[in-house]
Amino acid sequence: MRKLAVAAALHLALAIGAVATLLPFAWMLSASLMQAGEASKWPPRFLPSQATLANYRALFERLDLGRCFLNSAFVAIVSTAGALFVVSLAGYAFAKLRFPGRSKVYRVLLTAMVIPAQVAMLPMFLLLRTLGLVNTYWGVIIPALAPVFGIFMVRQYALSLPDELIDAARVDGAGEFRIFRTLVFPLLRPILVTFGVFSFIGAWNDFMWPLIVLSDERRYTLPVALANLIGEHAEDIELMMAGSVLTVLPVLLLFLVLQRTYVEGITMGGVKE
Amino acid sequence: MSARADRVPGRARREGRAGLAFVAPALGLIVVFFVLPVVAGFLLASTDFDIYAIRDLATARFIGLANFAALLHDPVFWKALGNTFYFVLVGGPLSVAVSLGVAMILNARLVRFKGLFRTVYFAPVVTTMVAVATVWRFLYHPRFGVLNQLLGVVGIAPVNWLGDPHWAMPAIILMSVWKNFGYNMIIFVAGLQSIPGTLYEAARVDGAGPMQQLRHITLPSLRPMLVFVSIITMIGYFQLFTEPYVLTGGTGGPLNATLSLVMYMYKQGFRWWNIGFGATVALVLFLIILAGTLLQLRFQRERE
Repeated sequence: MRKLAVAAALHLALAIGAVATLLPFAWMLSASLMQAGEASKWPPRFLPSQATLANYRALFERLDLGRCFLNSAFVAIVSTAGALFVVSLAGYAFAKLRFPGRSKVYRVLLTAMVIPAQVAMLPMFLLLRTLGLVNTYWGVIIPALAPVFGIFMVRQYALSLPDELIDAARVDGAGEFRIFRTLVFPLLRPILVTFGVFSFIGAWNDFMWPLIVLSDERRYTLPVALANLIGEHAEDIELMMAGSVLTVLPVLLLFLVLQRTYVEGITMGGVKE
Repeated sequence: MSARADRVPGRARREGRAGLAFVAPALGLIVVFFVLPVVAGFLLASTDFDIYAIRDLATARFIGLANFAALLHDPVFWKALGNTFYFVLVGGPLSVAVSLGVAMILNARLVRFKGLFRTVYFAPVVTTMVAVATVWRFLYHPRFGVLNQLLGVVGIAPVNWLGDPHWAMPAIILMSVWKNFGYNMIIFVAGLQSIPGTLYEAARVDGAGPMQQLRHITLPSLRPMLVFVSIITMIGYFQLFTEPYVLTGGTGGPLNATLSLVMYMYKQGFRWWNIGFGATVALVLFLIILAGTLLQLRFQRERE
């Protein structure tokens, strides 16, 4: 009997927590379907009196947010694809190829992770300015191509690949890059999927650096565009909620589909420490 | 191992060359887009680099520690420093405690639908901060906001969350905990699962209650993980930027109550183009994070 009471209490606590977690999302979705001004009527209401897609239409037709959506997709996809290449090569080399200074360089890289990215931002902006990359997508993409946590993830995984397999390929006379391309890369697939999800979601959600680099509204990524819109449309609650739904939807869907790999990636760093 | 050691020297050399070639793209990018900027950041902090120097580098002068001296006499800097510590010291532990509490409930044997709850709790972590803060900005609306309506149901007078300097930082902390706790929760669940059940059984046989089990088994077993999580959380929380930026429309208001160090760096460096001064703020942030990390590692070692 006591066990039943404890179980009920635990589930009640979890359910309340779940409602509290989902409430902001529910309100966002509901308000995005309301007619203009309905979310700030008194007495307040939680559901739209008559659901409408007018706000979403306004986002695409009036505010050209579809363009920002494509900007975000481009930046996230290209930086993820590039990082996958860079990180898989480096992670594999740090795990399996012996070269002078390997462990020292790797340790330095890990230690450097305590340095906050903000320390590099002002000089990097000046650097990108000299390179002519300010206000371009590449100014957002290139600095994100070699994330140390990605190298770390791939290396941890690559350590478990059997040496015999790689050595056998060498005996067969295969060159190192061919071994990487045909043998190692396919074996790294699970961890590369995990890293890819991390990287895409991170790039999609990123705000501060795109805010600094992109100055032309037509090149804004969605988060930058949204933060900019809120200044002009602070009273258009319904419109802003539609913009939030549009921004959140791709990453939320990606997470729901690939959540197992995503969650595995998180515990990798934490548990092994 | 021996099979690898007696390889022909030519092959070892080839492997070494390949290794260097494989890490070259990563290291090249890291050197150009991280190491050099960080070093340059130190140098910039000792100059009066400003908007004129962007046009003509020759106008920038070396001024030694003058930026630091100016910083120490700048009341806005002290305000931003205080706000950042408020956020880190209250929000950080709160977020870790909520993560641990939820993880322990989720890990209880009696609980069903674990996967479902885990997914729900984790959802805020992956969502875009700017969008989330946009939503919370309206949840915090003094008149129409859902939060004040809920408080009204239990008879609490409406709070001017983002307009009152005393409530603005708590509002940011509340939103951050909601957004972040799922991340550390996942790490803690993995840690809790790795504690052998026999330990708890033995404790129960010895008559230990739930609180004693928590104190003598759960927390000590999780200690290395707690240190890791605390450091990661602290580093992340020191970099507070997007939350106050979106919630306060880029001002850090009301009355600078939510102005963080990173926001101050952004304003000084990228809005007013006081680049040398902004770099100094970033440098201070780095030194604080470094000191915090070393302190926590030291604390951990002393406990052992």
